[in-house]
Amino acid sequence: MTARQRRFAVVVAVLLTVGVAAALVLYALRGEIVFFRTPTQVLAGEAPVGQAFRLGGLVEEGSVQRNGLQVRFAITDTAQRVSVVYQGLLPDLFREGQGVVAQGRLDAQGLFHAQQVLAKHDENYMPPEASEAVSRAVRPSVEEGAR
Amino acid sequence: MIPELGQIALLLALATSVVLGVLPLWGAARGQVPWMALARPAAYVHLALIAVAYALLTASFVQLDFSVAYVAENTNRQLPLVYRVVGVWGGHEGSLLLWQLIQAAWMAALARFSRSLPLPLVARSLAVLGWIATGFALFVLITSNPFTRLSPVPLDGHDLNPLLQDPGMVVHPPLLYMGYVGFAVAFALALGALLGCRLDAAWARWMRPWTTVAWLFLTLGISVGSLWAYQVLGWGGWWFWDPVENASFLPWLAGTALIHSLAVTDKRGAFRAWTVLLALLTFSLSLLGTFLVRSGVLSSVHAFATDPQRGLALLLFLAVVVGVALAVYAWRAPTLGLGGRFAPVSRETVLLLNNVLLVVAVASVGLGTLYPLVLDALTGAKISVGPPYFEQVFVPLMLPLVFLLGIGPLARWKETELPALARRLRWAAGLSVASAVGMAWWAGQLSFGAVLGLWMGAWILCTIATDMGGHGRRLGQAPRALWGMWLAHAGVAVFAVGVTMVGSYELERDAELSAGQRAELGPYTFHFRGVREVLGPNYRAAQAWVEVTRDGEPLAQLYPEKRLYASQDTSFTEPAVVHGPLRDFYASLGEVQADRATWTLRLHVKPFVSWIWAGTLLMALGGGLAASDRRYRVAQRQAAASTVQEPA
Repeated sequence: MTARQRRFAVVVAVLLTVGVAAALVLYALRGEIVFFRTPTQVLAGEAPVGQAFRLGGLVEEGSVQRNGLQVRFAITDTAQRVSVVYQGLLPDLFREGQGVVAQGRLDAQGLFHAQQVLAKHDENYMPPEASEAVSRAVRPSVEEGAR
Repeated sequence: MIPELGQIALLLALATSVVLGVLPLWGAARGQVPWMALARPAAYVHLALIAVAYALLTASFVQLDFSVAYVAENTNRQLPLVYRVVGVWGGHEGSLLLWQLIQAAWMAALARFSRSLPLPLVARSLAVLGWIATGFALFVLITSNPFTRLSPVPLDGHDLNPLLQDPGMVVHPPLLYMGYVGFAVAFALALGALLGCRLDAAWARWMRPWTTVAWLFLTLGISVGSLWAYQVLGWGGWWFWDPVENASFLPWLAGTALIHSLAVTDKRGAFRAWTVLLALLTFSLSLLGTFLVRSGVLSSVHAFATDPQRGLALLLFLAVVVGVALAVYAWRAPTLGLGGRFAPVSRETVLLLNNVLLVVAVASVGLGTLYPLVLDALTGAKISVGPPYFEQVFVPLMLPLVFLLGIGPLARWKETELPALARRLRWAAGLSVASAVGMAWWAGQLSFGAVLGLWMGAWILCTIATDMGGHGRRLGQAPRALWGMWLAHAGVAVFAVGVTMVGSYELERDAELSAGQRAELGPYTFHFRGVREVLGPNYRAAQAWVEVTRDGEPLAQLYPEKRLYASQDTSFTEPAVVHGPLRDFYASLGEVQADRATWTLRLHVKPFVSWIWAGTLLMALGGGLAASDRRYRVAQRQAAASTVQEPA
């Protein structure tokens, strides 16, 4: 094997690895990206159908109902609300009136089945998605008021 | 008074780091020995000043001086002393001061243990570290001063976040920073050598122990963090592909690649330009990790209240460091030359593929971590990339890496005969497949994923045995570096077995129980004995008692708690874990129901999960053993002898 062939073989091996990895990345990214939606967007029919997504906002006051391991509550962005059902243990800082992000799917009746619930873990901290949901819901009304 | 003294110490440290960054560099360019010789004392003075500032901040914490804003935010009167002392790095400002302290310590170590290196290289490398220290000192003084006073002075402070009141807090941040900042030494040695155009096999030999030691600290830091998350967060997971975890994992992957490419540069003189680039990349990734954690752009376990202005300053600093490093690289790299040639089937090729796979892993993990941020910044779209992405991309990359890990140590440098190699490995191949199938059959269901994962572990161990067998009676005389490699590789095997077993055969269940009731989980029975109230130093807790039995025989007693800290109005779940060599039992206590007697509990049985941390510990031990090899010390002494003779 000449030096040139050798170099060629190494380059091909490297390109092959990078190519396979790039294919893997693209494939995984297409299937595994989780979109974020606010309750207003969900009610406007912008939620991905049959695919998991993240729903963020505040836990509506007075909406939490526990029944054994099952918990029902509503996530609100102060404009709209979506009912959520979750089976299992909730994080420590899950409370009414506080920021929350739930990951799961919407069923045909518009009920959100959460597989995972994330809450804030610090007194001053709110999940960025939750504060985003509230500020998005609040912003249009502020603009309307200005007009 | 104390905070003002700390402030002055920080300002003086900034001044020393500027001196360290300028004069030795100038001296090296002009060949002025006295100016170059200034580098070492400047590094020592810098360390002393930062240590004084750090000690003064600690004193403010111990004395509960709430007139200092940072103290008031992170400690209160009820906090036990140990968490007051480590609370210094519980928040943003203090953890940056810890970074400065550790960097100063690495700098002083380089000054102290570089007697054998040529003076211009030492001067240039210390100057590079001086610039990095200047950047951090400016950042701390301008945006995150830990000594800022608060007026009016509060009567009591806030609490340290209860999640941080854990022994993990004592060791995780310092170990992690030791690793992060340790790569700064590799970065500085690479840049120093580039500037001086002196990059040879001897340079690679100097780099190796420094890189390996930084790597072993990072390994320990990450695994302690993982163990801490497992014991505290209550989800029973050990790795979440959380962006902040990824931020520490990226420099680890790049550092692992660097260790292997340095071996080639040291032994064969090849891959020089690539090795230098990796050294620059590894520390840049450490800085990127710091930026991601400290800027608060991520939503993760580590994201606490933060200030975007600081993120911008850090990003700017990152851009300057990476930009300057790459510019120097582009300027000097063409002079580096190619080094030794090698055949397509040789140890060099295997290590080349190792590097390609690791760097591709860095790129794909980095992409998954940064993509949501970039997309948000560009389009405002909010997405998240979860564990399934990382598992789908990362695991297929590790499979060929582990396959090559078995072959590499048995392949010869320069050229190796493929048929001979295959013949040596045939026992390892057969035995590893057989034992993987056997173990999966013993553990329960025979699934493809489980067999594949167990095979990875078995293959590594079998090839190490083959390699050791090849040494025959001279095994005892094998150098420490070789034993270190075997140990670290065996660590990878133990880790792979742990990950596979817990991933394939763990049992988990949420149950609703009142005192006296039982829950079955596989062959085990979790017996809920009841709940009692206990008092901690600064919290009250409801403590449950859960007994785990199998066929009526008690195996473990678990005491998970629900804690209520006096200074906060929320409760915290403190899960209970009983570790074992073959399985862990794990329980966390959820909410009490309206009847005040029924509790929700999450119960886990996690087979072989402790092997994960045993594996990483073995990797770190292997690194320590390899770094302490005589070869590096002898090489240093010889080099020292030759530098002494040079002037004559």
